[in-house]
Amino acid sequence: MKQEHGGNGTRKYGMVIDLDLCTGCGSCMVACMAENNVPFREDETDKLKSITWMRVYKLTNGKPYPETDICYLPRPCQHCEGSHGHSPCVSVCPATATDYDSQTGIVSQIYTRCFGCRYCMAACPYHARYFNWYDPIWPEGMEKYLNPNVSPRMRGVVEKCSFCFHRYQAAKDKAYLDGQKEIEEDAYQTACTQACPAGAITFGDLDNPDHAVHKLKKQPGAFRLLERLGTNTKVYYVSSREWVRRAGDNYLKTEGPKKVV
Amino acid sequence: MFPFNFEWIWDMSHMVFMGGLWYALIILGIGMTYCIVKAAIDTAKGGDGHGHH
Amino acid sequence: MDSALIPNGVRRCSLGKFLVPLAVVGAVLLWGVYAMLLCWFKGLNQTNMNDNYGFALWIWADLAVIALGGGAFFTGFLKYLIGKDELKHIINYAVLIGFICYSSALLILAIDIGQPLRGWFIFWHANVHSMLTEVAFCLSCYFMVLTIEYIPLILENRQIDKVPFFHHLSHNMHGTMAVFAATGAFLSFFHQGSLGGVAGVLFGRPFAYREGLFIWPWTFFLFTWSAAAYGPCFTLLVTRITEAVTGKKLVKDNVVELLAKISGWMMTTYIIAKIIDTLYWANVTAPSKGFNLIDFYSNNGFYGIWILVMEIILGGIVPAAILITDKGRKSPVVRTVAFVLAVIGVSVNRWVMVLQVMAVPVMPFDQWALYYPSWQEVATTILPVAYGIILIMISYRYLPIFPQEAELNPAE
Repeated sequence: MKQEHGGNGTRKYGMVIDLDLCTGCGSCMVACMAENNVPFREDETDKLKSITWMRVYKLTNGKPYPETDICYLPRPCQHCEGSHGHSPCVSVCPATATDYDSQTGIVSQIYTRCFGCRYCMAACPYHARYFNWYDPIWPEGMEKYLNPNVSPRMRGVVEKCSFCFHRYQAAKDKAYLDGQKEIEEDAYQTACTQACPAGAITFGDLDNPDHAVHKLKKQPGAFRLLERLGTNTKVYYVSSREWVRRAGDNYLKTEGPKKVV
Repeated sequence: MFPFNFEWIWDMSHMVFMGGLWYALIILGIGMTYCIVKAAIDTAKGGDGHGHH
Repeated sequence: MDSALIPNGVRRCSLGKFLVPLAVVGAVLLWGVYAMLLCWFKGLNQTNMNDNYGFALWIWADLAVIALGGGAFFTGFLKYLIGKDELKHIINYAVLIGFICYSSALLILAIDIGQPLRGWFIFWHANVHSMLTEVAFCLSCYFMVLTIEYIPLILENRQIDKVPFFHHLSHNMHGTMAVFAATGAFLSFFHQGSLGGVAGVLFGRPFAYREGLFIWPWTFFLFTWSAAAYGPCFTLLVTRITEAVTGKKLVKDNVVELLAKISGWMMTTYIIAKIIDTLYWANVTAPSKGFNLIDFYSNNGFYGIWILVMEIILGGIVPAAILITDKGRKSPVVRTVAFVLAVIGVSVNRWVMVLQVMAVPVMPFDQWALYYPSWQEVATTILPVAYGIILIMISYRYLPIFPQEAELNPAE
């Protein structure tokens, strides 16, 4: 794997998702599927074979009425950085079909390179990676509505959320043509971010002080999923509820949830 | 696998890993070539092909 | 009818008696081939694998046969490098069993990948940091070694041996075998280990993850060690089964006892290391990720603490204790029980390191994923077994696999 280090223009794209705002409507999932030509089948009963780059989980505090509380947790690919780009999936792929882009912090998936060993899926604790068990077949006429900027995937390969990388490429091209050095915050936004009616998802460069996520990730109540594993993800969640924050990681009975700095 | 593959970089990981691979392949290749060539020479030299063991 | 092909000085059943069971096993083989073709042409939707269970029955079978086939490299290592010359009486069979195991493993891998035609990418676009790359490279190379070790056996067939070139080739290959065996041992240390590494490096899966030495997690060393310890038990068990089926003594007791003793001591040291590893993982590694040991063995319908007991005590301590004692080793029945337990033990270990890893939930709001295989998966997993039986039947009939057979079963 060739790593391009440092230099100007290095970004670290990520998300901050406010779980107190998420209503679980699923708009992000729908937008993601439409934007990224995610295939589906006539019968999607078996959710363990459904491809959902963005998946909304329903969490509950497990308490009886009237203390029952629920929380919806949208889970895209967490784009783990691990330590120095050593994310769980990238390091295990035998054919270099997935890579950590140190220019953007995005974990890529090269569909034509993947031969479907599924080792990356075994490595990912978030179930963010999906295998194409079937050939992608769209209802007649729907091919015309596919996004021309995203290649559909073939049977037998793994796919996952790309943080709408094609939008990044388009934004980069536009910035170049407009003579701008930097990509504006609103020039590159993921489909799920734009689709969320509650405004729960914020997307941007986590390292750029001018981007909203830079500040949001530092607010009280911010945490990341399974932080203790050292996956070093780029998706932050925020909740004012302690039980929600605790549900973001595993703790021994004697431990309290760690405060995220 | 080869230095002309674009993933290839001349770092320690590639040198150790691929070094081990090519080392094993070369030993197997040379070993088998030796056996086959020697068998051809032995056959050409004649003999009934029995009684060696 | 085929008496001209049968080795000198040994007796074989009639061709008819040989062909009937061959046809039965052949039918099972064809069933497996049909399932295999379904998977290749229709895709992996023929299986019951899913996005939580990306690795399933096949991969377990793959890891298990590689561990069980470890008898080939370790017996070769003992004979050619350590100089245990008595083992020459069982090395042929160890090689044959190894050849079957490794060819099966490669076949399984070819069925398992989603895009079989792209299988060569693992070599061409190799990511040298992936344990699976190391597995693929060493596995393929070691399969070449096993083929090289098996060829002289084929060449020793009575008719083939009459051809001078083949006779000389076989002779020369025997002469150079120590070099091939050494290369095989070198490759085996790495691929057995990297198979352990496959699970051990998964730092996103606290059930599998282990710390280690340099780039290798402890599972790397444990897998190599266990393959060396348990592999010979499988060789000896298959030898015992072959003896039962043929109704003949094929290998002298002193040879069996020697290999059983070495295997027993290897197993003893391995199981001590495994217990230390388990204790460290249960008390240090897993808690540091927020898990108690019991979290991995509760709240589901299958994976209970019994599996740990079965692997370590029943499949580890018990067979090791039997094989390191003179009394246990010398009793054919008791030592066979030990072989069976050892084979179960190492197979359970491989099961745990593949399937339980997939089943254990990691996110607190996630659930246990249990899975059962489809008939296509079962058939393709049985396929190598049928293939192995056929290859053993043919090899035993026509090749001098057991050098002591003629002596132990003198012709009347």
